[in-house]
Amino acid sequence: MKVLVAVKRVVDYNVKIRVKADQTGVDLNNVKMSMNPFDEIGVEEALRMKEAGSVEEIVAVSIGVQQCQETIRTALAMGADRGILVKTEQELEPLHVAKIMAALIAEEQPDVVILGKQAIDDDCNQTGQMLAALMDWPQGTFASKIELADGKANVTREVDGGLQTLTLDLPMVVTTDLRLNEPRYASLPNIMKAKKKPIDEKTPEELGVDTAPRLTTLKVEDPPARQAGVKVEDVADLVDKLRNEAGVI
Amino acid sequence: MDDREIAPLLAGVRRLVDEKLIPAEETLDREDQIPEELLALMREMGLFAYAIPAEHGGLGLSKWDEVRVIFEFCRAAPAYRSYVGTTNGVGGKSIVLDGSPEQQRKYLPRIASGELVVSFCLTEPDSGSDAKSLRTTARRQGDGYVLNGSKRFISNAPVAGLFTVMARTDPEDGGAGGISAFLVEAGTPGLSVGPKLRKMGQKGAPTADVTFDDCRVPAEALLGGVEGQGFITAMKVLDDARIHMGAVCVGLASRLLEEMTGYAAQRQQFGRPIADFQLIQAMIADSEAECLAARAMVERTARAMDRGDGVTKEAAACKYFASEAVGRIADRAVQVHGGYGYVAEYPVERLYRDARLLRIFEGTSQIMQLVIAREALKEHRRGQ
Repeated sequence: MKVLVAVKRVVDYNVKIRVKADQTGVDLNNVKMSMNPFDEIGVEEALRMKEAGSVEEIVAVSIGVQQCQETIRTALAMGADRGILVKTEQELEPLHVAKIMAALIAEEQPDVVILGKQAIDDDCNQTGQMLAALMDWPQGTFASKIELADGKANVTREVDGGLQTLTLDLPMVVTTDLRLNEPRYASLPNIMKAKKKPIDEKTPEELGVDTAPRLTTLKVEDPPARQAGVKVEDVADLVDKLRNEAGVI
Repeated sequence: MDDREIAPLLAGVRRLVDEKLIPAEETLDREDQIPEELLALMREMGLFAYAIPAEHGGLGLSKWDEVRVIFEFCRAAPAYRSYVGTTNGVGGKSIVLDGSPEQQRKYLPRIASGELVVSFCLTEPDSGSDAKSLRTTARRQGDGYVLNGSKRFISNAPVAGLFTVMARTDPEDGGAGGISAFLVEAGTPGLSVGPKLRKMGQKGAPTADVTFDDCRVPAEALLGGVEGQGFITAMKVLDDARIHMGAVCVGLASRLLEEMTGYAAQRQQFGRPIADFQLIQAMIADSEAECLAARAMVERTARAMDRGDGVTKEAAACKYFASEAVGRIADRAVQVHGGYGYVAEYPVERLYRDARLLRIFEGTSQIMQLVIAREALKEHRRGQ
C-alpha cells in the first residue's frame, strides 16, 4: 500500500503572531516556520502503518513556496520515503490545495491519503473534506485511531458527543486529530540521510489546476485586547452581575 | 556543512532541548540523575554519535559542525552534555585518533549507539594541572599489564562502560614519555569506582574517583598498541576538547542571555519593565558582546582544526575566554534577577552553579593562560 501525506509549512506554534500594519495579513518576515503539527501527526501515523507492515511507501507532499522543501525534508527525516513539492508563489485556498492533491492522487494512486484536520495558520478545516468530495472517496475526519485490515479501515473520530468509529473502504481520506499519536523526533542520522531522498518538483499548471483566488481577504486584525476584570463583594453580588450584567444566567 | 545544510540538524536539537531537556532540568538537579527516558531519547536521536566517524556508525561531524550542534544542545543544563560530550570527546576521541583498527571496530560502534559511556582518567589526587607527574603505574606482566593507582574527579565514572586510563609504563621516565593510554572495561577485577561526589552544580553528571588495585588488562588494552604515546594522545584530545568546551560555554551563555532578557522584559519596577533601565541594558549588552566574541572564536578555531592547522594556542584561548565570559554572564544573569536570582525559583540560580565548573575542568583558566603564553612565545622564537 502507498500513503500520501500532506505537510504544510506554517508559522511555528511557539511564535507570537504579528499582524501587518496595513492589515493585509500576518507578518512572515524572519519568523520561524515549521510543519503544521497536525500534519506531523499524519506523518507519524503513516510511519506507524509502515512499521506495522501494512504500508510500503510514504510520499510527503507540500504545496507552496520553494522553502516548503524544508518541510518535506522534515517528513523525510522522520521516515517518509520521498517527497513532492508543488511549487507556487500564489496564496492558496483550501479548494486549490484539494484540487492539487486530487491531481497528485491521479498520478500516484495511493491507498490512503492523510491530512491534518486543519492547519494552525488559517484554521480552515476544509481541505480533507473537499478532497474526499472531489475524489468521491470515503472520509474519516478528526481521527484519533486508525486500524487497517483487509482493504478496509476502522477510523475512530473525535466528535462533540464522544467517539464515533466508522469502517471505511480503501482508498480513503483521513484527517488527523491531536490524540491520534505523539510524533517522533527525527534522529540526527536520519536528518542527514533525508538530504539524499528524492523530492520531485511540479507546478499547479503542470497538474492542470487553476489557482486564481476565489476568496478576497478584506482585512486581518489582532484579537481585541483583554479587558481588566472586576472584583465582586460576595456570592450574591456575583450572581447579580452574572444575571443582570452578563446576562448568562 | 554550510548554514543551510546544517539547519535541520540544529532545528532537531533545538526542539529536543526546548520541549524535553529544559523542562526536566529541575528534576535533573534535584535527583542528581538524567531521567532514563531522556537518556533513551538522546540515544535514539543519535546524539552520542556526533564525533564518531561514519564508518563506525557515527555522524562523523566536522569540528565546525560539532560546535554548532553543541551551541544548540548546551542551551540545556550542561549535565546533559556531560554523558554525550565526555564519551564523544576526551573519552572516545582517543580511540578515534590513536586507537588500533581492532580497538576502533570493537568500541566505536557501541559508543555511537549510546550503549557505551566512556570516561577519561587523567587527573589524580596529586596531579591535576601538572598532569605529566601522574603516578598510576602499568607494569608489564606476562602478556598484559597490571595497573595500580587512583584517579580523581572522573566524569561519568559511575556509569562508564569503558575507561581511557593514563598510566606510567616507564618508571625510569618521570615525564610525558613514560605515560601510556589503556582502554579498561568496567567490571575488570581490580578496578573500582568510588561513591558519587557531591558537587556544587552540574547535578546529574556523575563524578567519582576510580581506583586500580592490581588491575590486570591484556596487551590489547594498550591504546594503539604503542607505549609512551599516552600523553601525546591526551594532549591531542585536549585541543579538541577545549574547542568543544568553548562551544559548551557559548551554549550556556546564550541560554543565560535568554533568561536575562526574558526576565528584564517582564519584571516591573518603578512602573515599567527593568529592561528600560540603562544599567540593566549595560549588563545585557556586555553579555551579548562577550557571547558573540566567544562564538566567533570557537567557530573560527573549529574551522582551522578541520583544515588541519595546529590550534593548540587558539583552542586554549577559546576555552579560557569562553569559560571566563560565561562566568561573568552567569553572574550578571543573577544580578538582573536580583533576589529572585538567588533563590531556586528561577533557573539562573542553578545555571550559575553549573557555570562555575567550566573555568576549572578540562584545564583551569590559569593553565589555559600558560598554554596560550607558551605557544605565543614559541611562535616568537620561531620568528613567526
